[in-house]
Amino acid sequence: MTSSSLPEAPSPTPIPAHGEGQHASHNLTGFVIFLLSESVIFLAFFSGYAILRLAALDWLPPGVDGLEWRMPLINTVVLVSSSLTMVLAEHFKGKEKLWLFRGFWVLTMAMGVYFLYGQAVEWSGLKFGFTSGTFGGTFYLLTGFHGLHVATGILLMGLMLYRSFIPGIYAKGEEGVKATSLFWHFVDVIWIILFVLLYVWRA
Amino acid sequence: MTSTSLSPEPPGSWRRYFGFSTDAKVIGIQYIVVAFFFFLVGGLLAMIIRGELITPASDLVDRTVYNGLYTMHGTIMLFLFIFPVLNGLNNLLIPTMIGAPDMAFPRLNTAAFWLVPVFGTLLIASFFVPSGPATSGWWSYPPVSLQNPSGYLISGEFLWVLAVALSGISSIMGAVNFVTTIIRMRAPGMTWFRMPVFCWTALAAQSLQLIGLPALTGGALMLLFDLVAGTSFYRPEGGGDPVLYQHFFWFYSHPAVYVIILPVFGIFSELFPVYSRKPLFGYVYVALASFIIVGLGLIVWVHHMFPSGVAQWMRNLFMVTTMLIAVPTGVKVFAWLGTMWGGKIRLTTPMLFCIGGLFNFVFAGITGIMLATVPVDIHVSNTYFVVGHFHYVIYGAAVMGIFAAIYHWFPKFTGRMPYEGLGKLHFLLTFVGANLNFLPMHPLGLMGMPRRVSSYDTEFAFWNVLASLGAFLLGVSIIPFLLNMISSWVRGPRAPHNPWNAIGLEWLLPSPPPEDNFGEHVPTVISRPYGYGSGEPLVENQAQIERALTLAEATR
Repeated sequence: MTSSSLPEAPSPTPIPAHGEGQHASHNLTGFVIFLLSESVIFLAFFSGYAILRLAALDWLPPGVDGLEWRMPLINTVVLVSSSLTMVLAEHFKGKEKLWLFRGFWVLTMAMGVYFLYGQAVEWSGLKFGFTSGTFGGTFYLLTGFHGLHVATGILLMGLMLYRSFIPGIYAKGEEGVKATSLFWHFVDVIWIILFVLLYVWRA
Repeated sequence: MTSTSLSPEPPGSWRRYFGFSTDAKVIGIQYIVVAFFFFLVGGLLAMIIRGELITPASDLVDRTVYNGLYTMHGTIMLFLFIFPVLNGLNNLLIPTMIGAPDMAFPRLNTAAFWLVPVFGTLLIASFFVPSGPATSGWWSYPPVSLQNPSGYLISGEFLWVLAVALSGISSIMGAVNFVTTIIRMRAPGMTWFRMPVFCWTALAAQSLQLIGLPALTGGALMLLFDLVAGTSFYRPEGGGDPVLYQHFFWFYSHPAVYVIILPVFGIFSELFPVYSRKPLFGYVYVALASFIIVGLGLIVWVHHMFPSGVAQWMRNLFMVTTMLIAVPTGVKVFAWLGTMWGGKIRLTTPMLFCIGGLFNFVFAGITGIMLATVPVDIHVSNTYFVVGHFHYVIYGAAVMGIFAAIYHWFPKFTGRMPYEGLGKLHFLLTFVGANLNFLPMHPLGLMGMPRRVSSYDTEFAFWNVLASLGAFLLGVSIIPFLLNMISSWVRGPRAPHNPWNAIGLEWLLPSPPPEDNFGEHVPTVISRPYGYGSGEPLVENQAQIERALTLAEATR
């Protein structure tokens, strides 16, 4: 992490365990460990949602007859496709076609922004709030917490886009793109589970 | 390899202990010193609690104040003492034991440490807000924790949740760092089964942090929303479920006990071979048993909730899994006994703390099996039996193990020898004090004295007086410890590189080690650890390395 800014010291013998060249992949290892840990918090929210819903006598608050699913479905399609455009972007980065990489990367970001926009439109049209029983509470908690992750993903992508303009930074085995893409796929998978739990699961 | 940009002080200067250092050895000592500061605060609260309980009447403090005292005592001791002190040992020992120059992410390490004083201050500040500190016990169960009778937004409970959430973030940052370091930065030749057991247990404990802590953080977030935003996740009147919080809380907080005790198992496994001059009995089994404890430890949490209205099948299932934990733990206990058996035992201060800690741990294990049994548990639930059990685990075993580690590795990281006489006095006071304090809690619990009360029936008076005397003895026991630490660090005799004739990479470094440990010259490990009595070298060119160290010591 810190050593990348320091000049490489000449090493008399190769030290395979913690050589300078491997330091970047420490970051990726650390990031994967963090993501695994982060998935548990979603697991906690999902199981809390399921337990509260299964135990509820009246799950829907009065005056609410369920969630509209068409707009979230469009959102789902956009988010899942954005994972594919991201794979394409990474593919072009591997082929060192930086402009194609940037193009698909920006497309992915735009799809993420569209997702957040769709989420905001959905929220503003709802007849219940955060305090409308456990139904409202879990709905806003799950979608809001996921939305925060989408926003974080877009920010990370913006950072990586900026870094792509720094000469030579992607040539030295830069791992930020890989980490960001892992994060984005993670956010995507979480959304699919969330979509099934919130919109597909009918009482 | 370590960044010097953040620590402008020259290495060796005492000032670097007061700044944002990225050196794991400095951070380790910062963790330990800060943890012991909070240990004194939490200990003071314990003294007031036992002072209140020395008489049957509620006469020393107000009842509401008493509720705040035990809540803060538990919270401070766990989140501000024991986790930080263990992270301090991890910082000191993991890089030096595996031959790494520093942690994998030194700046993340700095950030994780500096969160400790931040959330510590937040928690202590709750004594001074108008509502007073949180009063719902260290587990903060709703609906009690959601009462907020004072009506202030910034209540003690609010600060409690905030502090616990920040503590979780700090621990996750630490855990990512420790796990990455152990996986990726081991010395050449140090395969998994040549790694010291302390690193195995640290890896196991930190994996538990990574799996368990997010659940508590998520649960605490929902508690915060219930408290300040008007949601009803845990409010029955809004369709919520208070037992759901208990699941979230114990899904982490039971494994948290293993997060605490596993590194102590590691300490026992390091120290018994040194002071018995024998290899660790069943090294592979001791190492692997840590991960069996991780696996089982994640599926026992409902045993804290037997009286909370859980289904009968859950009670049966979790009773069985809880009892199964005794198997890997037993493997370790017998391995330590096997290590000592026929060994050339040296009763130094660290060894005394280990033997005392092991004794207390076995006792705590037996009462643990009793508590796992559903009928017994329902009978003694929420009594002093439970309090006695976990104080035997936490103070009797874990804190004594931590003291052992501090005395054992003190010369390595300060370059000075601790005084044996003061150390043995400290051991004697601790061992007698802990048993006198916590043993009477068991008969009290069986007689039916509930926990968390400031007044009690006079029939409980005899055992309570004994317990209070033991607690005051424990309070006194910290004096020789602090005296020893301060005076030996300032003017203790200079420590050689290996004062205990121990085998391990950390003992092939000068005392104290240079900032980047082995630097570019990391020795290649060629055999398993704990080769006591075999005469086999641990690393290539060991004789030359040791000769150079001895020569440097003779000329300093």
